[in-house]
Amino acid sequence: MSAWLRQHRQAFAAACRRLGWLNALVIGIALALPAGGYALLESLRPAGARLALEPRMTLFLDAQVRRADAEALGKRLRADPRIAGVRFVPREEALKEMSAVQGLSEVIAALGRNPLPDALVVTSRENIADELARLPGVAHVQADAVWARRLAAAAAIVELGLWLLAALLGAGLVAVTFNTIRLQILTQREEIEVSKLIGATDAFIRRPFYYLGLLQGLVGGAVALALVAAALALLNREVSVLAESYGSSFRLGFPAEGALAVVAFAALLGWLGAQLSVSRHLRAIEPM
Amino acid sequence: MVSFSAVAKRYPGGQQALKDVTFSLEAGDLAFLTGRSGAGKSTLLKLIPAIERPSAGSVVVNGQNVGALKRSAIPYLRRNIGLVFQDQKLLYDRSVYDNVILPLAFSSHPPKEAARRARAALDKVGLLGREKANPVQLSGGEQQRLAIARAVINRPALLVADEPTANLDAESAARILDIFVAFNQVGVTVLIATHDRTLVARYGKKVLHLDAGRLS
Repeated sequence: MSAWLRQHRQAFAAACRRLGWLNALVIGIALALPAGGYALLESLRPAGARLALEPRMTLFLDAQVRRADAEALGKRLRADPRIAGVRFVPREEALKEMSAVQGLSEVIAALGRNPLPDALVVTSRENIADELARLPGVAHVQADAVWARRLAAAAAIVELGLWLLAALLGAGLVAVTFNTIRLQILTQREEIEVSKLIGATDAFIRRPFYYLGLLQGLVGGAVALALVAAALALLNREVSVLAESYGSSFRLGFPAEGALAVVAFAALLGWLGAQLSVSRHLRAIEPM
Repeated sequence: MVSFSAVAKRYPGGQQALKDVTFSLEAGDLAFLTGRSGAGKSTLLKLIPAIERPSAGSVVVNGQNVGALKRSAIPYLRRNIGLVFQDQKLLYDRSVYDNVILPLAFSSHPPKEAARRARAALDKVGLLGREKANPVQLSGGEQQRLAIARAVINRPALLVADEPTANLDAESAARILDIFVAFNQVGVTVLIATHDRTLVARYGKKVLHLDAGRLS
């Protein structure tokens, strides 16, 4: 057992000595791209989720529709099973809300009369905006949720793009490791040959190369995280100024489990690249 | 210890290196394998640690049929055979000490025991005190002695050497052979290939003479 541990420790130490920092940097930079994109997306997701609630629509009624008809319409809509809620907003209340907004009260006072129509705020379970627009007395339907849905769709596209990018760069990582290990095997050709002659098992000869691939991926993943963290810190200085002007404490951040996943994923791919390279190149070296 | 029966070796491409070779070495034997260059000496030696496999016949080492050995079993066969090559196969990116201790890296010896064995092996070949040197700094004879120290550190029962005295002056060559004889005297079976028949004659030991792939 202790001999087994000693051999692993020696293989690990050998891998540490041969670790190419430049390769790790290349891997880190490549991985920083999808990792950074992921961080941005994850930061924006809660904000997007708040916006993409159930579709909410505002039905503006014709100015000549009487109050009683408006309330009857509201009652009819409430009975519709596709509609979750209806709130009647009389024109006076709308005017009062508007006057509360700073800077608008003077404008409204200057108008002299209430320019606003009565409105019904409808929360629906389905997209029935077109149907509601055809109801008698409805002048205009404004679907508040449309742009939120578009945002969600756009975010889904960006997310898919990031996954594709991650897959591509992951394959790149495997290729970089594959080549690093190939060159390392060539450099150590004599040592491998001698080791085979004096009775080293295949497992013993392969072990340092596996560790090297694993370590290179691990360090590359860590470099990627460091780059993303630095970039986010830089961005957050500007973001905080912008967010505070909206009274928000929003910051860009990287979820811890995501960070862990990036490093573990990079290490795994490094090991895979080493595995492929070793099984391909080591068998060719036989003592003559 | 080593037993060849009706062994033939034909390389891919048709070159017939060995034909109908039969001999055996008992434990504790010392034998010289002589013959001109190209007579098949190296091929014969390579069959023992399964660097090459026989095309026909059987090679039995330590009771194991080497020709039929699985790939995964070969390392364990080689750990019981000390191999010395004409070109030493030393590693020049590390010290004398690290070269000697190489075979112990994958054995289960604790580090202290490994260090003790390394010094003992270097002592036996007269290189104690040169541990920190690089093999490049050693003379040809010293390099060959280092290769012997590496071959014996695992205390193998069988030592196989291919032209260990080639490229050496007579004095260095004699010293190398004396070392092999000393190991033989403590019970190690030794097989040495050499083209130098005058050197062989001095020792009066068993001689296997190869001529165009056949023992004569």
